[in-house]
Amino acid sequence: MDIEILKAIDQNAKLTPAELAAMLGKEEAYVAKEIETMEKEHVICGYPTLINWDKTEGERVTALIEVKVTPQRGMGFDKIAERIYKFDEVEALYLMSGGYDLTVMLVGKSLKEVAEFVSSKLAPMESVVSTATHFVLKKYKQHGLEMDSEKEDERMLITP
Amino acid sequence: MRNPINQVVTDMKPSGIRKFFDIVSEMKDAISLGVGEPDFDTPWHVCEEGIYSFERGKTHYTSNAGLIELRDEISKYMKRHYGLEYDCNENIFVTVGGSEAIDLSMRVMLSPGDEVIIPQPSYVSYEPCVLLAGGKAKIVNLKAENEFKLTKDELLEAINEHTKCLILPFPNNPTGSIMTKEELEDIAEVCIEKDILVVSDEIYSELTYGEEKHTSIASLPGMWERTVVINGFSKSHAMTGWRLGYACGPELIIKQMLKVHQFAIMCAPTTSQYAAVEALRNGDKDVERMRSAYDQRRRFLIKELRDMGLECFEAKGAFYVFPCIKSLEMTSDEFATRLLYEEKVAVVPGTAFGDCGEGFLRISYAYSIDNLKIALERIRRFVERRRAEIAE
Repeated sequence: MDIEILKAIDQNAKLTPAELAAMLGKEEAYVAKEIETMEKEHVICGYPTLINWDKTEGERVTALIEVKVTPQRGMGFDKIAERIYKFDEVEALYLMSGGYDLTVMLVGKSLKEVAEFVSSKLAPMESVVSTATHFVLKKYKQHGLEMDSEKEDERMLITP
Repeated sequence: MRNPINQVVTDMKPSGIRKFFDIVSEMKDAISLGVGEPDFDTPWHVCEEGIYSFERGKTHYTSNAGLIELRDEISKYMKRHYGLEYDCNENIFVTVGGSEAIDLSMRVMLSPGDEVIIPQPSYVSYEPCVLLAGGKAKIVNLKAENEFKLTKDELLEAINEHTKCLILPFPNNPTGSIMTKEELEDIAEVCIEKDILVVSDEIYSELTYGEEKHTSIASLPGMWERTVVINGFSKSHAMTGWRLGYACGPELIIKQMLKVHQFAIMCAPTTSQYAAVEALRNGDKDVERMRSAYDQRRRFLIKELRDMGLECFEAKGAFYVFPCIKSLEMTSDEFATRLLYEEKVAVVPGTAFGDCGEGFLRISYAYSIDNLKIALERIRRFVERRRAEIAE
């Protein structure tokens, strides 16, 4: 597994194997093969695009929901986690240490839709003890990238 | 009215880069690969330390030599990275960028008639600093076949009875050339034998690529006592605008440089000094992150330029490559000017860094890969068009 390749594409998935090979001083065929292998082994799980939805017309709200659950015998948290993350509305799900068990990142069209999901789908689940829903007001930074940075190159065009 | 200007200044040629800057400035939509500073912003933890220093009311002068905490960190850093022992009270002082240290070293070392050997292509301010200090510049034209390194024979040939000092500019701006320990040993041998002082401008010391790490000539036997090492934070920590550098060397020279600094400058900017303490204490990982990004771009750029059929030696330092365009039967100036007008890409003609830069271009890779890709596509288009012209 080539960590150098992963580090390079972590911030820029659009680099081609040829470009990566040039940047890393490796053969193109090798890079292509490595990427293919890592895709197969789910080291690379996909290539989503980081979109600033706030700049679009589309209605979209994100909520972070703290969920306390009762783990099931023999299955720990995995079974209940699966039951939650299978929903299309769930964008991300993390098992947490500390005051609660699961963080659910939920995406919906409106506050109402999110509230509806929590009250009709999530909260009634047998293992779910409690939920606390927090709506995201603004995303400043995601995946290491500043969302609203339209930063100009402030350097002079030519310097010695 | 009498001539208000000093004769040395009147005779001094304006910087070759200035002329090109004026043309580029008029073209608003040009992509530039002509910048000699990092594209990264200063790491945020370093900026925060600067902000915090304001909040604590650290808005006064520091001692002439600079904050003792900073000199202490510089001392540790020089030991940790280059195996150099400098006492923070006797051998180090903080300057306004590496530039001030270059100027001061010349002013302090030279008496009228003394000669300074300057290998070129190199940074634009060495020669003017020598002239302003009343010295005479002896230019050594470095050769492409030696990857623009200084050789023992070239140095020997340049030395005469007036030679006082050698300016050693590696890793080099504009060529990206570095000198290995073995190559420096040859130079050191000559300097010791001929009793020549060395001003080693090591501002790009953190930016070397490949197996070979930077060696400071001051770390070679017999050289510590005859070398002033100039370094700073601009390139390594992306802190160009903070204007902070330093000089290290034997007390005999540093004490005199500090004396002039005290009269001319007082002290380096206080805010910058507090930020720099943080940069040295907790900044090694930033340097590594940026170095690794530069290295990727460097490999990419060299490969692309070679694919275009341009000769380009493997530059292993700084953030420049120095391709040869002689096969296109035009001068550096013509190439750069036409590339700018026809494809809106700015590069710097090699001649801005000395006459022997003719036939070469300085291309900076202090730009994102995406930016480089666009610029390279345009350069490729231009090169192909030029080849077709020649064939006709």
